[in-house]
Amino acid sequence: MSRKLRGSVWLSISYVLLAVIGVFSVYPALWVVLSSFRTGNSLFSETLFPTAFTLEHYANLFSKYDFALWYTNTLKIALTTTVIGTVLTLLPGYAFSIFRFTGRKTMMSTLMVLGLFPGFMSMIAIFILLNLLNLLNTHLAVILVYAAGAPLFFLFAKSYFDTIPKSLVEAARIDGAGHLSIFFRIVMPLSTPLIVYTALSIFAGSFTDFLFAKLVLRTPETKTLAVGLFDMISSRQSTDFTSFAAGCVLIAVPITFLFILLQRLLTEGLTAGAEKG
Amino acid sequence: MQELIAKQSKSGAAKPYSTIATILSVLAMGLGQLYNRQFMKGVILLAVHAFTLYTVIFQLPHAVWGLATLGETQTQLKKVGRLYQQVMGDHSVFLMIEGLVTIFAVIILLWIYVLGIKDSYRTGKLREQGGVPNTFRQTVSFVLSYRFPYLILALPLAGVFFFTIMPIVFMILIAFTDYTAKNMPPAHLLSWTGFDAFRDVFQMKGWNTTFYKVTLWTFLWAILATLTGYFGGFGAALLVQQKRIRFKSFWRTLFILPYAIPMFVSMLILQNMFNGQFGPINQYLELLGFNRIPWLSDPTWAKVTLVIANFWVAFPVSMLMIIGIMSTIPKDMYEAADIDGASSFQKTRLITFPSVMYSMAPLLIMSFVGNMNNFNVIFLLTNGNPINSDLQFAGDTDILITWLYKLSMGYGQYNYASVIGIIIFIILSVFAIWNVRRTKAFKEDTSS
Repeated sequence: MSRKLRGSVWLSISYVLLAVIGVFSVYPALWVVLSSFRTGNSLFSETLFPTAFTLEHYANLFSKYDFALWYTNTLKIALTTTVIGTVLTLLPGYAFSIFRFTGRKTMMSTLMVLGLFPGFMSMIAIFILLNLLNLLNTHLAVILVYAAGAPLFFLFAKSYFDTIPKSLVEAARIDGAGHLSIFFRIVMPLSTPLIVYTALSIFAGSFTDFLFAKLVLRTPETKTLAVGLFDMISSRQSTDFTSFAAGCVLIAVPITFLFILLQRLLTEGLTAGAEKG
Repeated sequence: MQELIAKQSKSGAAKPYSTIATILSVLAMGLGQLYNRQFMKGVILLAVHAFTLYTVIFQLPHAVWGLATLGETQTQLKKVGRLYQQVMGDHSVFLMIEGLVTIFAVIILLWIYVLGIKDSYRTGKLREQGGVPNTFRQTVSFVLSYRFPYLILALPLAGVFFFTIMPIVFMILIAFTDYTAKNMPPAHLLSWTGFDAFRDVFQMKGWNTTFYKVTLWTFLWAILATLTGYFGGFGAALLVQQKRIRFKSFWRTLFILPYAIPMFVSMLILQNMFNGQFGPINQYLELLGFNRIPWLSDPTWAKVTLVIANFWVAFPVSMLMIIGIMSTIPKDMYEAADIDGASSFQKTRLITFPSVMYSMAPLLIMSFVGNMNNFNVIFLLTNGNPINSDLQFAGDTDILITWLYKLSMGYGQYNYASVIGIIIFIILSVFAIWNVRRTKAFKEDTSS
């Protein structure tokens, strides 16, 4: 076999493999989208493509369930957490990257080690603490806990700030710029990928967390999307699978779009961290 | 004029400002600063001193008593006149948390006390040498410009302290008590039981087999999940980034989809897809003439399903990262290899693989650790099931972290759950410290 022929055989195999991975990646999502348009409410279907399309399940979400309320609750929590959490992540990242001060390394390694522990390992304690503060069943509690956990993931921010040339900061300092104006006018504009990456991961995290939300938010009015959706099918019978599918679509579509839109920035943010390790 | 001051200060060596200021500061916070004519600072510190005295005299004894005894009066029915009334006793858990908070507060106050003494000594020394102590305004601006990192770290660290460190300390304490659903405050008092719960987990029949089985599966799971995700991502990256492949960004976007869908949504979807009775996967298998597979109800198949599901969400991330790293490998290395007549397999093995490995190694360790605690995949897909009656409160696919969750949230075995928590803590710390030491972000610092 000539080299050229072997090359084109390999190329066709590559395309086949790519197509297989593509199907593998897309299939579950596609299946849910199609299920959400199917008539009836069962998990079972004879065909992948529904024989009759209906929007009934989407309407159901708003009439039979409090979907709109869940959505506003979730957005409120996620947006507030994102703003506070992003600030709380960028600040330590910046402080550790630019400044040298006593206790710096100890703080850094402590934060990093703490960041490895799953947050809910001490969930009972947080629960009791919130009870003492009289914050149970409030959105404030959820926001506080999410945002307070954000600084543990400062390392990406630090690695990113490390790539910004120190000379820029020093030049600005010589010109008499204060710490805050250096941060906002020089460092921030250079850090868009980082900010997008941080904000997006905090947003996605708080948007989709159900474990802690389920523990703290106890009444139907405070439910978030994740909790609502989880409750919809966790009663093992899965009686209303198609409405669940519709709910999944309404949750996943905005987030998925955000991710795809910001793909380039995300990759930059991710790799800046990766190269630095 | 300057000489005059210098002379004065020389003769002023008789006036040991620093000693007096230090002694005054030891007597009460702020006195030294007042003596050094830093009035504003002095007044603030005096207020802190008053607060400290109040805390130490009125709250510390109660806090220590609470922590040591965990309460003495039990909630009980008491005869008041003719009626029996519920009289609230001590609440062990509240006593514990209040005790912790008070002790932490006292430690911080003592630290401020020490700093105050140091400060008045230093200012005193400055005066001995003829310097003028900073005015309050100068102090503030000094702090703003030279202590800036501490200022911006204060808020994030306070959050971490209250919602991460305190709860962890509390959890550790729980492991040494008899806190279970049957013995719960406020109805009952807790007591310290020392290492009893640890002994049970390691030695009591039933508990120890569960512990070893779950730990073994946790490690196996973490290894399988990490390796499949990493090499899957590597393979996908190599495929997509080939020179002659067209529509690269289309393929990438397609493959990123599983990563972009929220985890709890995709896991619940997969749970339905793998449903043994109605799920589409078994339907297709049947159409193709195969037997149905008990994806989620057979212990071994459930484990296989978990690895597949995790692979599905994990490979896109490593693909993204690996593509990023591959783009940083210098092109001339490949050109040189071409001239030497290397095949593309050789180029992959000798250039791409080592370069990617070099950058990815720390991240691999992190993802191994992450998978050890990959609560979501297991909780949402199998919930640790199938149930195994030989195991204590655990199913066949439970890893340590989901077992901990079941023990505490499901069965109220808080003390055992805390023991498991501590064990996870120890295992993780080993990896964390190892990783922190070899991280580049740290190595760089030593040179600068």
